[in-house]
Parts: sequence; structure tokens; C-alpha cells
Amino acid sequence: MLAFLTQRLLQIVPTLILVSMLIFGLQQLLPGDPALIMAGEERDPRVLEEIRQQYRLNEPMPVQYFYWIKGVLSGNLGESMRLKSSVASLVAEKLPVTLQLAGMAILVALLIGIPAGIVSAVKRDTAWDYGANLFALWGISTPNFWLGILLIFLFSVTLGWLPASGYVSLGENWRSSLATTVMPAFVLGNAIAAILMRHTRSAMLQAMSADYVRTARAKGLYESRVVLKHALRNAMTPVITLGALEFGTLLSGAVLTEQIFSIPGFGKLIVDAVFNRDYAVVQGVVLVTATTYIVLNLLADLAYVLVNPRLRG
Amino acid sequence: MTAASLSAVVADESHEENPWARAWRRLKRRKGAMAGLVVVSLFVLLAFFAPLVAPYDPVATSWSAVRKAPSWAHWMGTDEVGRDILSRVIWGSRASLSAGLVSVGIALGVGVPLGLLAGYGGGWIDSVLSRIVDAMLAVPFLILAIALAAFLGPSLGNAMIAIGVTATPIFVRLTRGQTLAAKVEDYVEAARAVGNPHWRIALRHVLPNIVPPLLVQASLAIAGAIIAEAALSFLGLGQQPPAPSWGSMLNSAQRFIAQAPWMAFWPGFAIFFAVLAFNLLGDGLRDALDPRHR
Repeated sequence: MLAFLTQRLLQIVPTLILVSMLIFGLQQLLPGDPALIMAGEERDPRVLEEIRQQYRLNEPMPVQYFYWIKGVLSGNLGESMRLKSSVASLVAEKLPVTLQLAGMAILVALLIGIPAGIVSAVKRDTAWDYGANLFALWGISTPNFWLGILLIFLFSVTLGWLPASGYVSLGENWRSSLATTVMPAFVLGNAIAAILMRHTRSAMLQAMSADYVRTARAKGLYESRVVLKHALRNAMTPVITLGALEFGTLLSGAVLTEQIFSIPGFGKLIVDAVFNRDYAVVQGVVLVTATTYIVLNLLADLAYVLVNPRLRG
Repeated sequence: MTAASLSAVVADESHEENPWARAWRRLKRRKGAMAGLVVVSLFVLLAFFAPLVAPYDPVATSWSAVRKAPSWAHWMGTDEVGRDILSRVIWGSRASLSAGLVSVGIALGVGVPLGLLAGYGGGWIDSVLSRIVDAMLAVPFLILAIALAAFLGPSLGNAMIAIGVTATPIFVRLTRGQTLAAKVEDYVEAARAVGNPHWRIALRHVLPNIVPPLLVQASLAIAGAIIAEAALSFLGLGQQPPAPSWGSMLNSAQRFIAQAPWMAFWPGFAIFFAVLAFNLLGDGLRDALDPRHR
């Protein structure tokens, strides 16, 4: 187990270095003088020189990268040009909002995706199965920003049940917090529910044809016990691992969902930064996202090894 | 073996079906895939003949027809400046389909040669390319596309490049894996034994045999690219106004959802059906081209 962990940790180091190079390299795509673009409307030569000094734009690229990554490793992701605040503190401020949304979205995905996958596999080739597969196709093909707009139309404009936008934190008022996040969480969770449903269905179909399920049936156990205790337990391992990989979908989805529902989270931070040409924020947010994604993949691999006895040792 | 059975075998071999004809025959049996193909064809026709099919100029404003509900004059209603939504949806199919095709074309054009190089060449080239692919795949798809589009500048062309570059690593990884599997096959050994140069073996012997999985991935990637283009245009990083795009139409629709909900319905349905059609076609192609289903 320790050897596996060491090996995986060693593997992610070059990936992390390359990710940082890739994100730093984005700056080179800016057409013309980066200082001029970063300054926006500002044309004062002194300000431009200040920017060049701050980002070491007069130095060769490898030197610029060296100073940037040195700062990143000591927790300095740069300064927001517009908000006049450190990128690290902005990320720390916005992350809990997105984490709440992501947590709720995962709950929605689990509550819909796994039961739908089980029913689809157990009632294979029946109307239930077709219905669940249709739901999965619908979930995968529906753009979440469109679904968000439709939900606002139904629940906020027509029925007046939920607020159309805004955010209240859990600490402030949990009822209002749930009211402001339930629609975005459903929008985010819907696409992942569809993917989870497909994974659960295929894992359950495989488990249901295994010898131990046949043995359980031969012992005369109730079908519900065979399905839920014997088949589902074994089918869940790959589902949870594959589900963890959907974190990327969650973060991508959060960008659009937070924009539609005006939720001041991580996704909105990156979009606002893009429009304000606040490139340090864009780079910082992308770097934090990628690092989190890599670490979560590592945790998913570890979880897989931990729950699968054949891979231990 | 009798003479009769021998001649039957010879006759059977001489009538052996072309693999593509067999795949097409299997694809035709799948209702979902055929429905997908029909819808994709309809969208392609709409995009191609947009100037002939669209009832109005998609950018022509009319202050006397602001936010009009669907009617005989405007089947899908009008938007906040009186533009005909049906015409904009029809013209918007051009932006969406071209974004899907061009960005997947970029991903194939860059990803397949690099994947062939990594898989066939092996060694340090493979190690370096694989690490770069891992790094790119570590950044969630839309976030990388947004970052690239942000640094390149907002336009449909740059959105296509951003989506294409973001989709490239999947094709590098797929081509590499397929090449690794193909290069130990007997026909590649035979090609090597008769003295073919490596580039010829890679292009003439390996590549044609790995086309089916690439085709499946490409059709699913087009679906992803259409959603990504709509998302970038929705955020203002893709097609720029007043040119029509389904994503940017949804962006303005959001502001008028209480007064003119039809503005949001139609472009959303268009994205949904286009993406659904490519997903169905991709699923059908996977089943039809998968040797395990033969």
C-alpha cells in the first residue's frame, strides 16, 4: 500500500509541474504587450513599468516562470489587478460557496443516479430500463445553463417558490441558503446523475451475473436482499471511483451555473476575472482547480485500492 | 473436405463483405443511431441552406416587433430588438456545427499524428507526450477552454481553437493506445518484415486499422464541442453579437425570461437536439464498429 502511494505520488509530481507550465504559458498567448493588456484602459508609462516589474515581464520566460512557481509554492498565487487583493485570499473566500454547491450537487446525483441505475439493471429491457436510459441521454445532452434558465422560469417566475438568483451562506440562514442553492445544485447534479446512472447500470449488470449472486439466490434469499446486499455492494466500488472522476464535470458546470444564478463562488470568480482581464486570477483559479482535480484522482485511486482486497498487498 | 464444401468456402470468401458496408448494415438496424443521423443531416442541411430557409435576415432589427410571442409571422417569436428567432436559430446552426466540426478537426489533426508518434515511436517521445497529455487532462475541459479563449480573445474562431486544443489530449491518448495494440499485430509484423519504412507502416498499415474508435470518439467529441461552443458564446467568449449563435441567444434570453420565455426555449432545444443526435450517432457507431458485437 505504501509502495503504491509512493509510486502514485511520484507520478503526479511531473504532471503538476507540467500543469503549472501550461497555465503559466497561457500568458504567452496574449497578443501584443502583456503589460498593456493587463493595464486595460491605463496608459500611464509608470503604471505599465510597474506591471512589467511586478510580473518580471522584462526577464526571459524561464526566469518569469521560476519566480511565479516560487511564489505559488509559498502560497502566493499573485495579486488581482482589479480587486486589489491576493488571489489566494480570493480563492479561500469563494471556495466554500462552490464546495457547498458541489456537495449538494453530488447528493442530488447520488439520490437520482444510483437508484435509477439499479432499477435499470434489475428491470433490464423493460419500460423502467428504457425510461432510465432516456433520462441518462437527456441528462448528458441538456446544456446545464439552459436547464438553469428553464428552472428559473418555472420555479421563480411562474410559481414564485424559489429565488431566481443570489446566495445566502449556511451560517447566515440555513433555510434561505437551501432555497438559493437547491436549483443550482439540481442543475449541476443532473448531468452527473446521468453519468452515475450509466456506470451503476453497467456495474450492476456485471454483478448480477456473477457466481456469488447465483449462490445467494440458490440459498433462497429474497431478491431485494440479493440485489441490495450482494450485488450492489460489489457494484459500488467502480461506481464510486468513476464518480470521483466527475469532479471535473462538477467544476466546469459550476462556472456556468454560478453565472446563471449569480452565486459568488469559484466559477463566477473565473468568469468575472476573464471579463476584467484579471489574468493572475484566471491563472490562480485554473491552477487550484487542476491541483484539486489531480489530488482527487489520487484519492479515488487510493479508495479503490482500499476497498478492493485483491489490489492490496 | 469435399469439392462442394470447398467451393462453398471459396464462394463465401469471394463475397466477404466490406467492413464499412457491414458497419453501415449494423448501424441501420439501430433505431436510435438512425434517428441521430437523420437529425444531424437535418441540421447540416439547415446550416448549409440557411440563406434560403431562414424567413428573415437574422440580424435585422425591428422596433415594431420587439419581444413578440410566436405567431404566423414569426413562428418562434422575436427577441429584445425585434429579430426573428427562427431565422437566428437556423443561422445559429452554422456557428454551432462549424464549431463542432472545426474544433474536432483540429483535435484530430493534431492529436492523431501525435498519438501515432507516441504509440509507434515509443521511448522518450512517448514519455514526454504522455506526461503533457496527463497535464492537459488534469484541467477540467470547460475551464481550460475558458482560460484559453480568455487569453486568445473573444471570437468564434478563437473559441474553436480553444475547444480544439482542449479536446486534443483525448485523441492523443486514444490513438496512442490503439497504436500500441495494433503494432504487435501480425499484419504490422509482416509489413515490417518486407522492409517497409516506419512512417509507411504507421500511415498505411496502423492508421487505417484504428479509424473506427477514432470515428466514434469524434462523433461524441462533436457533441461535446457543440455544448462547449454554446457555453463559451453564452459567457460572451464565442460568437460575438449581433451574429447569431445558440449560446449567445440564451445569454440575452436569460435577461428577459419573465417577459419573453420563448427567447430561451428554441435555442436551448436546438442545442439539446443537436447534442442528443451526435450522442445517439456516437453510441450507435460504437456498437456497429465494435468487433465484440459481430
